[in-house]
Amino acid sequence: MAERVLMKGNEALGEAALQAGCRHFFGYPITPQTELAAYMAKRMPKIGGTYLQAESEVAAINMVLGASSAGKRVLTSSSSPGISLKTEGISYIAGSDLPAVIVNVQRGGPGLGGIQPSQADYWQATKATGHGDFQCIVLAPSTVQEMFDLMMDAFDLADLYRTPTMILADGALGQMMEPVEVKERPKRDIPEKTWAANGHQGKRKHNVINSLYMSPYDLERLIKERFARYDVIKEKEQRAELYNMEDADIVIVAYGATSRVAKSAVKEARAKGIKAGIIRPITLWPFPNDAIQQAAKTAKHFLAVEMSMGQMVDDVRLAVNGVKPVSFLGRTGGVIPTPAEVLHEIETIAGGLK
Amino acid sequence: MSKSYNMLLAGFGGQGILFAGKVIAYAGLMDGQEVSWLPSYGPEMRGGTANCSVCLSDEPIGSPQVLTPDVLVAMNQPSLEKFVNDAVPGAVILVDSSLIEKKVEREDVKTFYIPATALAEEHNLKGLANIILIGKLFKETGFCEEAALEKALDKCIPPRKAHLKEPNMKAIQLGMSL
Repeated sequence: MAERVLMKGNEALGEAALQAGCRHFFGYPITPQTELAAYMAKRMPKIGGTYLQAESEVAAINMVLGASSAGKRVLTSSSSPGISLKTEGISYIAGSDLPAVIVNVQRGGPGLGGIQPSQADYWQATKATGHGDFQCIVLAPSTVQEMFDLMMDAFDLADLYRTPTMILADGALGQMMEPVEVKERPKRDIPEKTWAANGHQGKRKHNVINSLYMSPYDLERLIKERFARYDVIKEKEQRAELYNMEDADIVIVAYGATSRVAKSAVKEARAKGIKAGIIRPITLWPFPNDAIQQAAKTAKHFLAVEMSMGQMVDDVRLAVNGVKPVSFLGRTGGVIPTPAEVLHEIETIAGGLK
Repeated sequence: MSKSYNMLLAGFGGQGILFAGKVIAYAGLMDGQEVSWLPSYGPEMRGGTANCSVCLSDEPIGSPQVLTPDVLVAMNQPSLEKFVNDAVPGAVILVDSSLIEKKVEREDVKTFYIPATALAEEHNLKGLANIILIGKLFKETGFCEEAALEKALDKCIPPRKAHLKEPNMKAIQLGMSL
């Protein structure tokens, strides 16, 4: 077993990006993602990479577009208000079929909001990361180890499907330390970037990176091609962790740091004889509909737990499709729900089921 | 012995609360335990309040936020007042009695009053009250194997500050002798 090292979540994201071959980082400072940018500032110059603190988030995301156009693995990171600024560029990246990895270490919103952990950017990440018809792949780690592992996956997925990929974390995951072990991981076949605008040396035609199409028919055709690719992603890349689901009557759906709070609550519920389990989405887009629909056949009640006023719960309802009741429990503004609150809700639901 | 601890360390910024938590977490890791360390973050700085949650367990850690500690280390009075009633019955509470006059009124917890800051000054270990308290905590709970403490310090003290290892070890031993 490789040595387990204690790392902050933000640092694990940074180290994993480097190990994934990312040598270009463009960002603008914001709490609580600070340590990720700091890690890159420290390491990039030593390994021949680029760390650049841009004049704004808008500039940084457009530098990402540029580096990606040249075929390079590139990363930017921010926290909620900064991601709002980047959304224009993310839309351009999606419209240009470019891979890029974007980290959002979420904090309370709207506006400047607060700096404590939040999951209130779920809608932004999964439904509207900018204007136009497009999706980002969205990955939701729940441990520092997973911050590391999913960052490695993010670069592969982005390259494989030529699409922006977001790591949706939160302030607690970014700031906390846990052991990280660098594991052997299966290699995915990444096609060569024959589309990159990196100099043709007179040997091939120009590659053009563009998101502007004056003919609506051309644009429609391109978007439809992109959505065919999204269908492949939905079919192949849905991921969820199932916890105590074999016989679960009450299914909690929770991701990221909140799923850990739910886990503590489910342990206590099980000790009291309540059959509760957890479906933890690892991919938020594509949402793990298959796992939820499977569970809906036997479970009696779904409970979405989030650090928001209720955003992912919409996707749970869409997946459950009215077959079983779906309820919601959340805290927002930077407040982390407690295991006791979740347990109380589980007990209330269990009382109603009897 | 079940090895599961939910610890809360709290005090002023600058007292080494977060560092002490990191040493404890690393000691657990060196022991092969599952560990998590979650700081309060924000505009904390010297003189502000700082606290951190440290969980050690044989199983993967659920919620890393410690709300009902079984170990509370308080290095200032506001921290003790804020968290003392959250501690579970039977909790171990360490109070830096050179900075906190107040006594713990609860009788269902094990409270130890350690004048850690004064002891640190006395023994030429200025700034290491936090580490003295770790020594005492180890003595009272055995939260890790003894050898793991030194390994943890090796991990937490960066090479350019290697000269600080010796006083840190002394502080741990002083705490263990109390």
